[in-house]
Amino acid sequence: MKKKVLAILMCAAMVVSLAAGCGSSGAESSAPAASGSTASETKEDAPEEAASASDFKAGIVLVGDENEGYTYSHIVGIQRALEKLGLTEANVIWKYSIAEDESCYDAIVDCINSGCSLVVTNSYGHQSFAQQAAEEYPDVEIVAMTGDTAKASGLPNFHNAFTKIYEARYVGGIIAGLKLAELDADGKLTDKNYDEDGKVKVGYVGAYPYAEVVSGYTAFFLGIKSVYENVSMDVQYTNSWFNITAENEAALALIDDGCVIIGQHADSTGAPSACQEKLEAGTVVYSVGYNVDMLSVAPDAALTSPTNEWEVYYEYAFGAAMKGESFDTNWAEGFDKGAVAITELGKSCAEGTQAAVDEAIAGIKDGSIQVFDTKTFTVGGAEVTSAFATDSDGDFVPDCDEAIIDGYYHESYFQSAPSFQLRIDGITELN
Amino acid sequence: MHSTSKEPLFHISKRDGISRPKAWGIRLISVLLGLLVSGIVVFLIVKLNPVSVYVSMFLGNFGNKGRTWNMVRDMMILTCIAVGLAPAFKMRFWNIGAEGQMLVGGIVTAFFMIKCPTMNPVLLFICMIVGSIALGGIWGLIPGFFKAQWNTNETLFTLMMNYIAIQFTSFCVSKWENPFGSNTVGIINSKTKIGWIGNMFKAGYNSDFAWTVVIVLAVCVLVYVYMTYTKQGYEISVVGDSENTALYAGIRVKNVYMRTMAISGAICGFSGFLAVSAVSHTISTSTANGRGFTAIIVAWLAKMNPFVMILISALLTFLDKGAVQIASDFGLNEYASQIIMGIMLLFILGSEFFINYSVHFRKKSKEVA
Repeated sequence: MKKKVLAILMCAAMVVSLAAGCGSSGAESSAPAASGSTASETKEDAPEEAASASDFKAGIVLVGDENEGYTYSHIVGIQRALEKLGLTEANVIWKYSIAEDESCYDAIVDCINSGCSLVVTNSYGHQSFAQQAAEEYPDVEIVAMTGDTAKASGLPNFHNAFTKIYEARYVGGIIAGLKLAELDADGKLTDKNYDEDGKVKVGYVGAYPYAEVVSGYTAFFLGIKSVYENVSMDVQYTNSWFNITAENEAALALIDDGCVIIGQHADSTGAPSACQEKLEAGTVVYSVGYNVDMLSVAPDAALTSPTNEWEVYYEYAFGAAMKGESFDTNWAEGFDKGAVAITELGKSCAEGTQAAVDEAIAGIKDGSIQVFDTKTFTVGGAEVTSAFATDSDGDFVPDCDEAIIDGYYHESYFQSAPSFQLRIDGITELN
Repeated sequence: MHSTSKEPLFHISKRDGISRPKAWGIRLISVLLGLLVSGIVVFLIVKLNPVSVYVSMFLGNFGNKGRTWNMVRDMMILTCIAVGLAPAFKMRFWNIGAEGQMLVGGIVTAFFMIKCPTMNPVLLFICMIVGSIALGGIWGLIPGFFKAQWNTNETLFTLMMNYIAIQFTSFCVSKWENPFGSNTVGIINSKTKIGWIGNMFKAGYNSDFAWTVVIVLAVCVLVYVYMTYTKQGYEISVVGDSENTALYAGIRVKNVYMRTMAISGAICGFSGFLAVSAVSHTISTSTANGRGFTAIIVAWLAKMNPFVMILISALLTFLDKGAVQIASDFGLNEYASQIIMGIMLLFILGSEFFINYSVHFRKKSKEVA
């Protein structure tokens, strides 16, 4: 019995001493971490002295974390850009999983208060909070990636940036079109795969019904049509950028309806895994993903994924901000600068796909291929001769900047974010 | 001959009463133990030095002026919701609908900010405040009414009202989205700052911060006086102790239910006004962001005392901000902060057990025997 009491007393003494130690930890705060020191710890303990490479500090406000494809591609891009510029993690303050609400503003201001001279937000819904911060902190460069109000705001320190992802989507469309042509030639298509006009059905899982998505699926559709004319496309919106279940269900519905290819503009693996599941069950269906290589979830069904190579922009923006130089209010680059790409081709791709891809990319680079060439599509049965790119009065209907010049729509020309939102013939929005 | 071998290792008995310093001592120890255990967990999982983790937590709250202000601001909003819950809880009416009551208050506020920017500022603020209080009150009154008339289960009812409020918020966001298609409202009146609380009496916005503190302190005092010194406040505690006693004493219990829930909802609705007009200047389903539920813990731990609620809110806000800072500093994701929050809450809630009960070990009881 005595032993037990002793043991309890010792436990209590230990707890009290540990508690006391922890209570005084505030006072020891200036002492450097003694054990288990890591790079990130050094960053915390000496934020001011970390100026080994450069005293440049960038704040990165991200809508998700490394578990979400879109944000992950930004994280990778930033890390590569840091490496190229000779910077380290100590030059960056990361803010993960910041919602598209006031917490975004708080996160930006916190970065500024922690010494950042450049703050980047990566989601469209962050934009108005970023603009607010840009207004209040004119000395800090603020970037709203994928945003579209920088030019109209008139703030010299507020920037928008986006890649010309539509170029990569067009190439993704070519890959899908070649697969369709192959399936057609091999007699793999059934009656179910044709609509009432006798066109092969293609499906598309989109996030929201606005320009960024419309521009993307139109480019994808035009890519298919450039190699396989006889197609029509159904678009199903999920009203979310990232919702595995909704994307999966939308894809399954499209597949059940007879779609042979499922493209996507949403961030999860929901649609490709639906295609893989159906393909294994004997349905002829293939997937073109987005952002990340989908071969891990859909080894047979995935053809490729158009992706953004964000490092190109981050290298540019960090580089300029480090030197204190001004940089583009609207930045948009594509294959030409290596800012977009397609991921490794899946084993199901049709023969000769690689050659066609190389040719298309070369054509896009030298300007001989224009994605939104007005001769390749119609609206209401007629060729389009005029379309505006920019909205000047805030009603979200473009009313200025004629974008159709020299026979094609100038996408990402007047602003970095996509502006093409014509609903062309052959594409049906289901919801 | 009594057999000691059958006596359990320890047994638990209800305390007759505990002195206030002792109770707070137990709470303090549990908070320190919670910090210790979360430090150990963080160390075991990610091999970080616990001391630098605590430093990071502290700096997350008070690292610079902006962080300190945000911490105080969030603490005051949380206090306001908890204060709103206090009358209902005192009555043993489990209002877990603060989330929804806050959201509807926020919706009314955002509605006036978006739709009536040309209104006289004073009038605009009267509309926003009265509107948010009224709708929050109605949101609370509905379950109160059903409880009074048909004795429905208030816990489920208030919980379900939250979901209605969240869906209603989504609906309003889709109507008011700016820019179109973004599914967010964005900052309302970001140029003109109309409807921002710093603009209440005259144009020339300076800061929302001080207003939040002053107003919430005033609400604390009012609710404290109402619950402690008024006849209605007394009725609430009688109904809470025993409905039959209240009936015998001639208290109209049904009226007390409805009135108290309307007041509770109204204060929560008012906190929605503060959250929109003084803090976020936008509306979304994350405007309440779970604070309606966190406030339940605050009110409960504070034993319905509005001033103690400020302290508890401070502690929870400190932990929350600290946990977020740890995630940012050490490259952990939000789950790490949630683990730390969970551990801390477990210890804080667990301390109530040791305040209400004492544990006797075998040895001790043998000696007594």
